[in-house]
Amino acid sequence: MREINLICINCPLGCPLVVEMEGKEVLKVTGNTCKRGEIYGRKEVTDPTRIVTSTVRVKGSKEKTVPVKTSKDIPKDKIFSCVTALKEVEVEAPIYMGDIILENVADTGINIIATKNVYSG
Amino acid sequence: MFDYDVIIIGAGVCGTAIARELSRYQVRIGVLEKEEDVCCGTSKANSAIIHAGFDAPEGSLMAKLNVRGNEMMDKLSRDLDFPFKRNGSLVLCLNEEDRPKLETLYERGIANGVKELKILERDEVLKLEENLSDEVSAALHAPTGGIVCPFQMNIAFAENAHANGVEFYFDTEVENIEKLEEGFAIKTKSRTFKAKYVVNAAGVHADRLHNMVSTRTLRITPRKGEYCLLDKAAGKLVSRTIFSLPGRFGKGVLVTPTIHGNLLMGPTATDISDKEGTNTTREGLEEVLKKTAKSVKNIPVKQIITSFAGLRAHEEGREFIIEEAEDARGFIDCAGIQSPGLSSCPAIGEMVAQLLKEKMQLKEKESFIFTRTGMLNPKDLSLEERNRLIRENPAYGTIVCRCEMVTEGEIVDAITRPLGARSLDGVKRRTRAGMGRCQSGFCSPRTMEILAERLDIHKPEVTKMGAGSELILGTNKDTLEDKE
Amino acid sequence: MKAYDIVIIGGGPAGLAAAISAKKAGIESILILERDQELGGILNQCIHNGFGLHIFQEELTGPEYADRYIRQVKALNIEYQLNTMVMEISRDKLVTVMNREEGLFQIQAKAVVLAMGCRERSRGALNIPGFRPAGIFSAGTAQRLVNREGYLPGREVVILGSGDIGLIMARRMTLEGAKVKVVAELMPYSGGLKRNIVQCLDDFGIPLKLSHTVVDIKGKKRLESVTLARVDEKGKPVLGTEEEYSCDTLLLSVGLIPENELSVSMGVEMDSVTSGPRVNESLETSIPGVFACGNVLHVHDLVDFVSEEAALAGKCAALHVLRKEDEGKLAEIFPEEKENIRLVAGEGIRYTVPAVINIGRMEEELKVRFRVGSVYKNAFITVYFDEEEVFRKKKLILAPGEMEEVELTKEKLEEFPRLSQIILRIEEK
Repeated sequence: MREINLICINCPLGCPLVVEMEGKEVLKVTGNTCKRGEIYGRKEVTDPTRIVTSTVRVKGSKEKTVPVKTSKDIPKDKIFSCVTALKEVEVEAPIYMGDIILENVADTGINIIATKNVYSG
Repeated sequence: MFDYDVIIIGAGVCGTAIARELSRYQVRIGVLEKEEDVCCGTSKANSAIIHAGFDAPEGSLMAKLNVRGNEMMDKLSRDLDFPFKRNGSLVLCLNEEDRPKLETLYERGIANGVKELKILERDEVLKLEENLSDEVSAALHAPTGGIVCPFQMNIAFAENAHANGVEFYFDTEVENIEKLEEGFAIKTKSRTFKAKYVVNAAGVHADRLHNMVSTRTLRITPRKGEYCLLDKAAGKLVSRTIFSLPGRFGKGVLVTPTIHGNLLMGPTATDISDKEGTNTTREGLEEVLKKTAKSVKNIPVKQIITSFAGLRAHEEGREFIIEEAEDARGFIDCAGIQSPGLSSCPAIGEMVAQLLKEKMQLKEKESFIFTRTGMLNPKDLSLEERNRLIRENPAYGTIVCRCEMVTEGEIVDAITRPLGARSLDGVKRRTRAGMGRCQSGFCSPRTMEILAERLDIHKPEVTKMGAGSELILGTNKDTLEDKE
Repeated sequence: MKAYDIVIIGGGPAGLAAAISAKKAGIESILILERDQELGGILNQCIHNGFGLHIFQEELTGPEYADRYIRQVKALNIEYQLNTMVMEISRDKLVTVMNREEGLFQIQAKAVVLAMGCRERSRGALNIPGFRPAGIFSAGTAQRLVNREGYLPGREVVILGSGDIGLIMARRMTLEGAKVKVVAELMPYSGGLKRNIVQCLDDFGIPLKLSHTVVDIKGKKRLESVTLARVDEKGKPVLGTEEEYSCDTLLLSVGLIPENELSVSMGVEMDSVTSGPRVNESLETSIPGVFACGNVLHVHDLVDFVSEEAALAGKCAALHVLRKEDEGKLAEIFPEEKENIRLVAGEGIRYTVPAVINIGRMEEELKVRFRVGSVYKNAFITVYFDEEEVFRKKKLILAPGEMEEVELTKEKLEEFPRLSQIILRIEEK
């Protein structure tokens, strides 16, 4: 059995959670004040994920970058592979919010999409 | 064989005032400056006041040049188009026991030739300034005291000198000076200049230069003065420059409005060894707050927008050294120019120019341009004039610095005019963009863009204050590497 | 001269929501004045997600959140002018503006909504000693350079201030390849959301040093190092706790200040705690017909609440215009004016917005927003109508970084006809 210490992110209380695990199995979450804490604790130790936001370079606009994000959350350990995959990406204006900028980023099955309209000119 | 008849080392207020005065004559002048712009040393970080002239000992060169410099200021500020105002000054006596000191100052002032000096009693003082300490018992009132924009004054001297043929070399630090049979060889990193005469106006570095050619060594100690600058919202707390008598609490600090309407407090006085040691210290800033609170009430310290430190070029004798080096003829020192250096600089310019005129038997130019037009400030225009300006040049219709309301047109002017700005700080000193309450938070990215466009460089090459002070160190993700 | 019923100063989230709401309340003639080249304000550079949970029940990035409002403004045909700076507003609502195309000109408004936002506190406000080299940026300036221009202001970074912008920038700089060495916070607690502490710092192993501040800055041209020290309860650095961090960049995230220069110069009465105008239940300032909302009124932590507040300001501005236009209509909207009731920030409360309530003009429900002065655990938010307690709610946690609210109902207020003041307090028992 091992214990993992986390801070709950659901509210300013920031409960110090202790998640007891056996292998990949969560035995118990303690230290939480409410149910949300337990749900967070379980997910964070078994399948931690994040939405990643970044920018990519733009050609053909007075804007220099377009902000982007992963269309869904991706595994936490893929964050750096995800932004590194954006390093060489350059897109041509116009770009519209929701446009797919990069498919299946870092083999996550998730796309990178634009979060802002960038017009040409 | 000589590059210049006269080389002036240092483009602070003294060096440029000398250059400007000397440019009246038929003589070839070069100015060498180690920084990237004029006004980068002591000239940029001081009290920005024009002293009336009652401080310096009677008969001293300091006293004479201060009073003369003060007198010259009205005409000079009109001719060279820089802001100057006689707001008057008060030296406060907070303790009846100290009254003899006030009287001594008064008598010294009279002896120095300061006009309109008067000792005022408590009630009269409080009538003039309502926010002074309750303990005020009397004050020395000097209506001729003034405030000035030291940047603009320095830039004005330089631009006018430039218009009269003086050539400026920036980023040109003097590494060595060799006395030749005739004249001097001045070695810098990029080239060696030869000149018949050298004027040493190198501020805190003047001793190093002097000692390269003279065995009668000089020693200049940088005396640090720390200041706090407050928002314009606090600028009307006092309308005169408020000094306190040197007394129980040591040398007094001042509280003054600036010519641009901020409130300035300081300086401390600490001797240091680092000639570039313009860092502020916790102790120093606390001392400023503590001491100023004794002379002026209700200082809204929450409104401090920045603090800074300047270095006065302190020489043991506490006197200006403006003379030809005895064992290095042709080498003119302008050293130990501590307070009241800013007040005296026009007179120093006159004095050095006179000295060289006599030595070199210089003739006046017929074509001397004695006026200079400063940067166009749209705020000075009427609505109609301003709209005409915007029609002709739309850049004057876009505000870049919203705190000081500086337009793109002014920033472009600051960069593109002769001896123009090449850095963010250069733009700031010329236009006040970035000098306001947000301290360049909003405007700096745009100002950097304009600098890059106008100087035809890439944005990462834009600096705060010359090489080594680049503001951008990379591009996004440039160091990220694919691990696979 | 141009004339509009309502002129809105600022096209950020507050201005946009105010405009939409004013339009929906029946005003046709509305103009938004925006100094930047696009609508959306600071949201345009806040490319991280986490916006909109409250209003849209989904997580949006800043530009996406702004877009929802910009689209509505366009769909409602609300006029806006970009690249246009408001230079001055007179007491009688004559707005002087400037842009490249038209120069300086004036616009007469019947009502004005102040929505200029805020600015970041600078180093000077903290009087941090040391040198003044390149490499010291406010977090927002760095955010602009990184997110809008693709430039890294530095590679080795120390951040002072653990408000949300500081935390967000720690992650942004890290993900763009910089090394964020430490985040220092003067207070013994962070002003930022727990979520940001975990996802912006812990995820990347960035240490957070509470009760620490910068005591020295070295480097004459470009920043070379900053020295941190622990501070005591009074915020004074403790001698002997100094630690020097070599770095080329210092980001400051040390607080936001409502940008009220226009408000002050037009003579609006200010609140010294919020640095914003004092307003009544209609978010109307001391000058009738001049309203304020968003960060110019008081600094918010969530844009959702800015939008909500601004919608009220926009609606009230509309009512102000309608009231003047149609006295008959007025009778319906404002049955009777009663004396103002003062809201008092009692123990533990720093301020309330609004500061006064006119029952005659209030809607059925009114949200009173406030901040607490320090961290409380298991404490109660209480509301007293004069001496009488009318509301008590237990909170597991209250922190200065989190804006709180209580709702007052007109019905309840009317039960107290002689009410002179409403006092909010934090009670620990």
